[in-house]
Amino acid sequence: MSNKVVQAMYNDDDILMDAVKEVRAANHHIEEVYTPFPVHGLDKAMGLKGTRIAITAFMYGCVGFSFAVWMMNYMMIEQWPQDIGGKPSFTFFQNMPAFVPIMFEMSVFFAAHLMVITFYMRSKLWPFKQAENPDPRTTDDMFVMEVAVEGDEAELISFLEKTGTVEIKVTEK
Amino acid sequence: MSSHYEAPIRKPLIVGDKSYHDITVEVAAPVEGKANKLWWTVFTIALLAFLWGLGSIIYTIGTGIGVWGLNKTVGWAWDITNFVWWVGIGHAGTLISAVLLLFRQKWRMGINRSAEAMTIFSVVQAGLFPVIHMGRVWNAHFVLPIPNQFGTLWTNFNSPLLWDVFAISTYLSVSLVFWWTGLLPDFAMLRDRAIKPFQKKIYSLLSFGWTGRAKDWQRFEEVSLVLAGLATPLVLSVHTIVSFDFATSVIPGWHTTIFPPYFVAGAVFSGFAMVNTLLIIMRKVSNLEAYITKQHIELMNIVIMITGSIVGCAYITELFIAWYSGVEYEQYAFLNRATGPYWWAYLLMMSCNVFSPQFMWSKKLRTSITFSFIISIVVNIGMWFERFVIIVTSLHRDYLPSSWTMFSPTFVDIGIYVGTIGFFFVLFLLYARTFPVIAQAEVKSILKSSGEKFKKLRDGNHE
Repeated sequence: MSNKVVQAMYNDDDILMDAVKEVRAANHHIEEVYTPFPVHGLDKAMGLKGTRIAITAFMYGCVGFSFAVWMMNYMMIEQWPQDIGGKPSFTFFQNMPAFVPIMFEMSVFFAAHLMVITFYMRSKLWPFKQAENPDPRTTDDMFVMEVAVEGDEAELISFLEKTGTVEIKVTEK
Repeated sequence: MSSHYEAPIRKPLIVGDKSYHDITVEVAAPVEGKANKLWWTVFTIALLAFLWGLGSIIYTIGTGIGVWGLNKTVGWAWDITNFVWWVGIGHAGTLISAVLLLFRQKWRMGINRSAEAMTIFSVVQAGLFPVIHMGRVWNAHFVLPIPNQFGTLWTNFNSPLLWDVFAISTYLSVSLVFWWTGLLPDFAMLRDRAIKPFQKKIYSLLSFGWTGRAKDWQRFEEVSLVLAGLATPLVLSVHTIVSFDFATSVIPGWHTTIFPPYFVAGAVFSGFAMVNTLLIIMRKVSNLEAYITKQHIELMNIVIMITGSIVGCAYITELFIAWYSGVEYEQYAFLNRATGPYWWAYLLMMSCNVFSPQFMWSKKLRTSITFSFIISIVVNIGMWFERFVIIVTSLHRDYLPSSWTMFSPTFVDIGIYVGTIGFFFVLFLLYARTFPVIAQAEVKSILKSSGEKFKKLRDGNHE
């Protein structure tokens, strides 16, 4: 099977949405859609699964919380318990109210940063990463739908032309 | 077009006959164009102020905290006043980007980028003060719980000052990644437009190779939402913890349970004022009046009015509780604040923070650009004096009348303060010339629902 894709360009998000629905209804495989801004409902129209990144954020938050509990218990209660200003640190639960702010901050710190790192890694975003958008206009006002060529190429192109595209290109991937 | 419906009663957030491409061009224009004379003039002044401040900081570190106007009675003065002032200003950015996102307020899109930039730059200024007021800056890492050569000596996790270290650093770093993640698509836009190879290289580096795949956008939106959910309690916690620095002490005038909400409201109040100060100038200079509209200014004025009134209630509650508590020391602290030798500072605080925002009840005044600008400056002055009043008037007359004294700043105190203002403007001016100052990707996503052209097209059908 060839890795040929047809890149159909659109200049409007509503036309793109209709096109995505039509292409999927005609059982063509949409490889990718590049858009200059988040088009609401596009992921559902393309049949993308929901992202699980919020779940990871929750787990990272739990890690941060546990780390804060462990750290403060180790430093304040286990290793060197002291009586500071009449607030003795001899058991964790007696001293716990004073630890709440840092438990909270650490949960947020871990959840936010690790989630963002996960996002960058999953979406392959990092410094010196080369951009892979097929056309520089896709960050301006162009919407590109890449459709895999399976079977008759000419037929696919003429089908896509009817969906309101403004430009069509065939490329090897 | 039905999917982009918005009630006709809502005023357009993007004025004029704009297309997606127009947004790209107009947001990129300040970056691609050349700086004018005004920019260079303001930048030079800011840079000189910054250098003066840098000199004052070096002098302080080299000689010692004795070069400030502090004395035995007043051990915290301009340093902590400036710290709280800058942290307060740093609250509006995250409030706009996070809280307004959770409330689905579309008007945040035009202003969130600059408000977040302001947040980060002002938290940087704020962070300077606790560090330099330690005196021995080279020991600053002692605030972190890191293994050290003193056996098992750790930081004191019972201390609000340490909570503050964690709160401010979490706030700064989380705001930074929130800001940067939102910047990626807009840097990518600049990258794809760049003609000169150097600019192309820089924006490729900054945009982390953003390509705008559907899956990336899906994750992007989820990440923004979760970050907003995390940043909302975070932003409230930061100034709450700053207020703990005072509230958990035993100084009359500081030892108050009202401090957390009162500080948070004050922070939002001063932050929005600073956003107004900056954006009123920026929309004019960078020709962004179509995106930062009069309505944006008006809405921010309403927030200023509400938070100013909350702050006013807090001032009066404080006075009432001081009397009602029956504690003589507490009563004296507040009587001294209002009628003692610092009465003028108290009066300035009251008139700038409680009285002046009340003008915003008038539609005519809150939609006037000039008036909004004046009020935003007045509020910033007032909020600086609020912190000065809280800190210095509570300290200068302590439990022992023989040690009562006044505080007067030295040229070093003034130099450092002016220097941070200079540093802030240096950063902001550089930002305004090199960053996409409007979240153009997000603005494009509301063009069809809130753009003037599309609203007219749609609402025309109903007539």
